[in-house]
Amino acid sequence: MSAVVENNDHHDDHHGPRKGIWRWMTTTNHKDIGTLYLWFSFLAFLVGGAFAMGIRAELFEPGLQLMDPIRYNQLVTMHGLIMIFGGVMPAFVGLANWLIPMQIGAPDMALPRMNNLSFWLLPTAFAILMSTAFMEGGMPGFGWTFYAPLSTNYPNVAFFVFAVHIMGISSIMGSINVIVTIMNMRAPGMTLMQMPLFTWSWLITAYLLIAVMPVLAGAVTMLLMDAYFGTSFFDAAGGGDPVLFQHIFWFFGHPEVYIMILPAFGITSHIISTFSRKPLFGHASMIYAMSSIAILSFVVWAHHMFTVGMPLAAELFFMWATMLIAIPTGVKVFNWCATIFKGSITYETPMLFAIAFVVLFTIGGFSGLMLAITPADFQYHDTYFVVAHFHYVLVPGSVFSIMAAVYFWLPKWTGNMYDEKLGKLHFWLSFIGVNVTFFPQHFVGLAGMPRRYADYALQFAEWNAISSVGAFLFGLSQLLFLYIVLKTIFVGKKATPRVWDGAEGLEWTVDSPAPYHTFETPPKING
Amino acid sequence: MSTEASGHEKYYIPEKSSIPIVFAAATLLVGWGAANAVVGGGTSMLLVGMMALVATMGFWWAVVIRESQAGLDTPTLNSSYVYGMAWFIFSEVMFFFAFFGALFYIRSFAVPWLGGEGDKGLAGELLWPEFEATWPPMITPEQSVMGDQAVTVGPGESMYLHSISSIFTWLPLWNTIVLLSSSGTVHFAHMALKDNNRKRFNFWLGITVALAFIFVILQAVEYYEAYAHLGLTISSGVYGTTFFMLTGFHGMHVLIGGIFLLTQLTRSTGFKHFTDKEHFGFEAASWYWHFVDVVWVCLFLFVYIL
Repeated sequence: MSAVVENNDHHDDHHGPRKGIWRWMTTTNHKDIGTLYLWFSFLAFLVGGAFAMGIRAELFEPGLQLMDPIRYNQLVTMHGLIMIFGGVMPAFVGLANWLIPMQIGAPDMALPRMNNLSFWLLPTAFAILMSTAFMEGGMPGFGWTFYAPLSTNYPNVAFFVFAVHIMGISSIMGSINVIVTIMNMRAPGMTLMQMPLFTWSWLITAYLLIAVMPVLAGAVTMLLMDAYFGTSFFDAAGGGDPVLFQHIFWFFGHPEVYIMILPAFGITSHIISTFSRKPLFGHASMIYAMSSIAILSFVVWAHHMFTVGMPLAAELFFMWATMLIAIPTGVKVFNWCATIFKGSITYETPMLFAIAFVVLFTIGGFSGLMLAITPADFQYHDTYFVVAHFHYVLVPGSVFSIMAAVYFWLPKWTGNMYDEKLGKLHFWLSFIGVNVTFFPQHFVGLAGMPRRYADYALQFAEWNAISSVGAFLFGLSQLLFLYIVLKTIFVGKKATPRVWDGAEGLEWTVDSPAPYHTFETPPKING
Repeated sequence: MSTEASGHEKYYIPEKSSIPIVFAAATLLVGWGAANAVVGGGTSMLLVGMMALVATMGFWWAVVIRESQAGLDTPTLNSSYVYGMAWFIFSEVMFFFAFFGALFYIRSFAVPWLGGEGDKGLAGELLWPEFEATWPPMITPEQSVMGDQAVTVGPGESMYLHSISSIFTWLPLWNTIVLLSSSGTVHFAHMALKDNNRKRFNFWLGITVALAFIFVILQAVEYYEAYAHLGLTISSGVYGTTFFMLTGFHGMHVLIGGIFLLTQLTRSTGFKHFTDKEHFGFEAASWYWHFVDVVWVCLFLFVYIL
């Protein structure tokens, strides 16, 4: 007992961080942990991106040039796993760590030691996953969706299973932390409906994560048991059903794709309102729309499996349920447009990314609607049209919003402004790169090019070559992003506390950079 | 914005801690070691990892308990623990939901379709013409076609009650009685604590812990019977699969919950922790216990009776 009291007298760590690597290993500070998450995610984006470059290099022309199909499958699988679980999700968790306490006037996350653990479990999980690269049989090559029975007959699948378990534990702990922080540590006087939208989007995301990560854990557990312990969950010979795997996986998988987009909605709302110099149009309806999207995400999973052979009633139900999602999403896009309408708009880099987000995410949404139509999906299923669709919602959707958020809040984090000219250059290179990469994939997909093959028929050659050129442009321009961020940190010009002319919210009322412990006593909220 | 709000506590700001990074390192050993053990590479890393993990968890909770006894916890932090536990239990509910979902899908769709029923029965009819859709399927689809050559064979006997006369020797019934009464006794313990009666609290909590371990022992006996005498194993087709996975995960949770309760009992008898107002450690354990109990009621209904 006395030891604890004694420790508490060491107040040095309350005023500033320690130096050196031990600071990052033992930190309980939400800003440090947010930074760790963001750098981890950037590293994952580079590794996953390098895998994508390998894929596009192989697909630059028909035939097998650089690798055999097994290696190609491994690249596709690891690209998906790394980008989803190592790139997009940790980036959003990093943003949540940095921003939620500042936006609600809390000193830190509610459970800071568990916060540290949630981060450090991620490198742990990826170490286990990547260790398969050095084993006989190699990395997983069954696609990030790991459909049984392909995955149950794959070498080294046990390492994949335990890596996913640890990622899941990390996500669940992170989400519990977010929910508890928001429900429990808001500055006195801040009602739920007054809460900033990024915080709101993360509250909903955290509920989704807590609900579906355990289901993913169940799916990989059944997979492990089928692969190594003789159970028959997914084996018709014993009375099971491989389709059951897809149901369980997509019950996790569909909420998962909204986990990767809801925080983007929050970010975009802040940025568009700031640079239009107008309050967001329809704050409350944005919250209701996000909640509706989250609830609907639990009843649409089987639209990923229209061609698997489901009863007609199920096909129809999942088609209509999926189309319903267009309504709340439409509300959101309408609100963003209405916010821009008659605003005093300036086009700084975050705004450019946010506008591109609205336009390109909507394109991805429209191709999603096309895919939702069951009879039409029989044609599109497992073609490059699907690849184009989900990359449009994930890359110029989620990833653009992450970049927008970095440009928007970087001055608050580092105290320095980024180089606006370079930022705009980065935006235009990324914008052109992303569209050149993925737009042609709609065409080859509709023409019947199947996904997940290392080779393709000759008639798809031109569009694939163009797509590969775009991919390399997009990939290389992210090195510029790294340069811009480093330049900001080390030699950027000093930023003002408010940074942006139209910025509203508690995080803009404190210094730039924000103090190590932002609010040691609760700020006052004027309702 | 003013920097002070009168009448509100100063926020609790935690210190840095090296426990989580050790925890993560232990998890690396457990995760990699478990995978290595499953693929047949030996169990030593798993065992070392498990010991490290258990030690770290024990140390972490000891620190939390010491902080709470030293009076460092603010009302906000206490309420964070309450919310945190509630949402942790919700995540556990969703884990079981996945397995119950699998059971319902297999019983309502997969097995009937394999037997040739309904919209999707055609494939089943062609592939396994002899297979009869019953629950539990005592003969697997493979067996119906391959006979003695089949790899996945059905169970010799199921765990359902075979005749009403044997109801008093039917273990699941006793398990249900044991677990349901333990939910009652843990509630009595809670009432005693609220009355500030430590003796009564220790008594009822002790009974609860005893019932928890009786349950685990009864289930071990049941598993032994299944493997040794009934020909029912985890690979006895889809019935063995769902039976052992559902009851097995539940049994693991009973064990964890029992240890959780035992820890609270030790805290009360050995260290005089808990007052009539401050006893969240016990309350969290009892919530967990009620959750485990509810899962059992569903299991009893859908795995043993219906």
